[in-house]
Amino acid sequence: MSNNKLKRADILFSSYSVAPYEILKRTMQKDKDFVINELTESGLRGRGGAGFPTGLKWKFFAQEENETKYIICNADEGEPGTFKDRKLLVEVPRKVISGMAIAAWACNAKNGIIYLRAEYNNLIPELKKEIEVFNEYAKKFNLEFNVEIYSGAGAYICGEETALIESMEGKRGEPRNKPPFPIQNGYLGKPTLVNNVETFAACSMVCRYGAAEYKSYGTSDQHGSKLFSLSGDSPKEGVHELELGMKVSDFVEEYGDGDTKAVQIGGVAGFCIPRKEFDTTIIGEGNTTGGATMIFNSTRSMYNVIHNYLDFFAEESCGQCTPCRIGTQQLLKGIEAVKSGEKPESYLDDLVKLSKTMKLTSKCGLGQSVTNSFSSIVKNFREEMIY
Amino acid sequence: MSKINLIIDGQKIEVEKGMTILDAAKKINVNIPTLCHHEDLCVAGNCRVCVVEVKGRERLEASCATPAEEGMDILTNTAKVRNARKDIVSLLVSEHNTQCTTCYRNTNCELQDLAAEYNVDGDRYLSVLKPNIKVDKSSWSIEKDDSKCVRCQRCVRTCAELQHVNALTVSHKGNEMKISTFADLPFNEVVCTNCGQCVNRCPTGALTERRYFDEVWEAIGDPNKHVVMNTAPSVRVALGEMFDNEVGTRVTGKMVTAMRKMGADSVLDTDFGADLTIIEEGNELLTRLKSALVDGDKSIKLPMITSCSPGWVKFIEHMFPNHLGHLSTCKSPQQMFGAMTKTYYAEKKGVDPKDIVSIAVMPCAAKKYEANRPEMNDSGYRDIDAGLTTREFGLMIKQAGLDFNNLEDTEFDSIMGQSTGAGIIFGATGGVMEAALRTAYAVVTGRSVPFENLNITPVRGTDGIRAASIKIEGTLPEWSFLEGVDLNVAVAHGLKNARIIMDEIAAGKSPYHFIEVMGCPGGCIGGGGQPIPTNADIRAKRTKAIYEEDMSKPIRMSHENPEITQIYSEFLEKPLGHKSHELLHTHYRKRNRY
Amino acid sequence: MAEIAKIIQEKVETYGRERKALIPILQGIVAEKNYVENQDMVSIAKALDLSAADVYGTASFYSFIENEEKGEFVIRVCKSITCEMKGKHKVLKALEDELRIKLGETTHNKKFSLVETNCLGLCDVGPAMLVNEEPYTHLTPEKIHDVISVYRNK
Repeated sequence: MSNNKLKRADILFSSYSVAPYEILKRTMQKDKDFVINELTESGLRGRGGAGFPTGLKWKFFAQEENETKYIICNADEGEPGTFKDRKLLVEVPRKVISGMAIAAWACNAKNGIIYLRAEYNNLIPELKKEIEVFNEYAKKFNLEFNVEIYSGAGAYICGEETALIESMEGKRGEPRNKPPFPIQNGYLGKPTLVNNVETFAACSMVCRYGAAEYKSYGTSDQHGSKLFSLSGDSPKEGVHELELGMKVSDFVEEYGDGDTKAVQIGGVAGFCIPRKEFDTTIIGEGNTTGGATMIFNSTRSMYNVIHNYLDFFAEESCGQCTPCRIGTQQLLKGIEAVKSGEKPESYLDDLVKLSKTMKLTSKCGLGQSVTNSFSSIVKNFREEMIY
Repeated sequence: MSKINLIIDGQKIEVEKGMTILDAAKKINVNIPTLCHHEDLCVAGNCRVCVVEVKGRERLEASCATPAEEGMDILTNTAKVRNARKDIVSLLVSEHNTQCTTCYRNTNCELQDLAAEYNVDGDRYLSVLKPNIKVDKSSWSIEKDDSKCVRCQRCVRTCAELQHVNALTVSHKGNEMKISTFADLPFNEVVCTNCGQCVNRCPTGALTERRYFDEVWEAIGDPNKHVVMNTAPSVRVALGEMFDNEVGTRVTGKMVTAMRKMGADSVLDTDFGADLTIIEEGNELLTRLKSALVDGDKSIKLPMITSCSPGWVKFIEHMFPNHLGHLSTCKSPQQMFGAMTKTYYAEKKGVDPKDIVSIAVMPCAAKKYEANRPEMNDSGYRDIDAGLTTREFGLMIKQAGLDFNNLEDTEFDSIMGQSTGAGIIFGATGGVMEAALRTAYAVVTGRSVPFENLNITPVRGTDGIRAASIKIEGTLPEWSFLEGVDLNVAVAHGLKNARIIMDEIAAGKSPYHFIEVMGCPGGCIGGGGQPIPTNADIRAKRTKAIYEEDMSKPIRMSHENPEITQIYSEFLEKPLGHKSHELLHTHYRKRNRY
Repeated sequence: MAEIAKIIQEKVETYGRERKALIPILQGIVAEKNYVENQDMVSIAKALDLSAADVYGTASFYSFIENEEKGEFVIRVCKSITCEMKGKHKVLKALEDELRIKLGETTHNKKFSLVETNCLGLCDVGPAMLVNEEPYTHLTPEKIHDVISVYRNK
């Protein structure tokens, strides 16, 4: 598909060359349908991980006719290895709020909520200041859009949009059955648009540069820039904005410590790519777009890595559906049993099969995605699982 | 309602829009296994046992939670589906205390059935059952054993949706997720009404009634004890289900024979207690009406509400403690029967009441609690010594080695064994009301209620709340104050509906004089102690049987029961008299709502 | 109790006497005294017309809403993989030694509680921890004494 080399981008964190909320102001001078269409044209996909086309989501949301509609910025950034939303909220909150405001204007919604994870509570004072600035401009622009911050209470699963909504309604953060989708029936039963922090920031960038220019970044399939939260065995840990479509090998060459044995793409819900596949794997293609990237060098035990992931999943599953609640525990106990010799090596194959069932039958993305890291680690580092 | 077309296992089918895949499949007799699904409850989609393949989608869909859509092509029996289901059932088994042989629900367990159907290998996965789980046996009525819980949340939904009690909740998350009471307090310390509807919907042995049959067998085996058994109306229309009879089969005669063969010294009918309740409660109502309408006594609480259902009584004590004055002071038929057993019966039979063991066989879990309420010993002895559910009783018949279906039919013993159709219909929602109206109308006017065959159809049915108004005309002179009065009555069943009734009363907006409330959906025929499963269809069939039993009785009004006349002339003297107050009436207490 | 009633009142004014006020109330109580007692849950249930069991079930879902008594300062050490790789175990050990408690415990003077938590979103600057809401990064065993000392004297 693409032989893109690693290309840095400087879009999301580029400094403002215009007055505050100028992008919002200029966008509001355009036609609403045109703006939504631009988003569709830009090829932007949700940056939280699921990768749903953003323009399409906005289009559906705009079609919902209701006096009360909610726009929720999902800042429940709980995926281990992800911290780019924190950086956006700290450094360029204006772009995020602009994106929300553009959505509000384009889709006729008046209520905005930033769902901020509890771990980020220390960001609230600065965010509130920015919201006050926004309110001034909104008034000037005659835009009726009220933005509030809702603080989470500590649950990874609330990053799933329906769990997030349940939580805001004062309930246990358990994902809902879908359909209906939040676009039709979301927070308090009202149409609700939930987008990730980065998605909103990217939306305002699409509006700033126009679909054509935004689309020129990346590849023919993966458009625009993407933030990568890089951690692990790298001398360059931190958030990096890159064009999509690079090979893992390019990534490793730039960011590895010279001894990289595996790269986890898309957080613990994503895939673990072993060295032998660095050349053939393109980031963002067939793997998730959340952007959490962890590098492991040859001193790391991949057994410890997957054990840590599974521990996390077993704890953070909401617990309501069977495959996720029990499956996560089984995988964890299972690898321990193989390691200790209580179960034969072949049990690993049974566990991989189980993780596939979890993918087929779990209610939400959490249980469905466990197999990604589990199968890729067990398959590629099998000997580490045993000895 | 618009229609949609889809294909299930190659078969074209047209269904109403909005119907789930599961229900659509049911229409063409395609059986999809379920566990968390229960037709009385909202959709959960938790257990994932019911997954099916939708062509064009990689992931499987939970058929109970997925609406059928136009053009869907669904496969319910592919290798992919079967393997997934087997995995899921295996997982549930791995989280389960699989000591089935010692489980009360052995052979009547939905997890067991699924495990058998999918031939689950117990060694497939490691056990992730939490160690050291303690069974909560604090309640007189209900036991909770988390080691047998499959987390389907049927109990939680039952407690919330059907009963508006919310004593149960889901707590914690992930591998710690479980079903809890408030702060995991013991059952006897929380707002649980003991209705047992959760027990009736639990697919496994996680929630069961507290069993008393060992104590009962012991009493039966003790030559110094005189064992008196009495059975509620709903037992005789449901017990047959325990012996593979069609739902709605009446087994009254066989049930009586079984008790006798088991060794009871006397087999009596709780319906006699029901008839007695009608006399006392009917007179209480008329007295209240007179005090309120003629004497203008403002302290009299109207509407008066029935107090037969112990789950309902505990509900109002918790939820509306400031409105207990609306409850009839009458004990329930069970407790009236018990009080008479230890006094009148003992006297007549010449048995020392201390040697009598009175056992009530009930469709109910809350009756166990009621029997154990400390105040229920006005005679100096416990009114009722042990309460059994229909299920426990069925099991005892099996333990006794009786070939139930081939037992001959026999009659209840006397005294306190004779009953009327009015007593019988206590078992169905609206029945107490109908029985009360039959008698009250006759007492006040000297004529029968103006309904064909005494069947007061407006108070029958399945609507959660039903209201009726009956004009009283042609009163006898002593009841002339009721001439022309429209007696407004209402019937509610299921505590959700009881709450609606009570909210109205609390707001001072209740238009009724008399209300019947039953704690369980459908009334006692749908009680928490009835055979499992219970659902709308089963409730309807048991109800039909109740009304058939009523029609089969030669006497269908409580005040015409000769044994009732006899007990008043020989013992009680008059309704609401001194002895009645001492033995047949009770009081209530305020309980904490939280 | 008066404080709790006040918190409930304030949040009800902001969010309405509705279920959506529940988590903000719970958070308000945690901010006040670091955990929510059973009695508080009963008060909340009354105020919002919920069952106490419902309040308990919801509260127990969230890891930042504690049902057991916690110290004035709750130390949450990130246990995610990258923090583990960067030496979380040693940091945790240093904390245990400094505070003279084990993981999951609270000091006798009710000043500190030590718990582990899932990813704090500080993976590039790990090992990391929160003391109440304040993040600490690039931790080493050597830094622990100084960090704790600041709170000891608060």
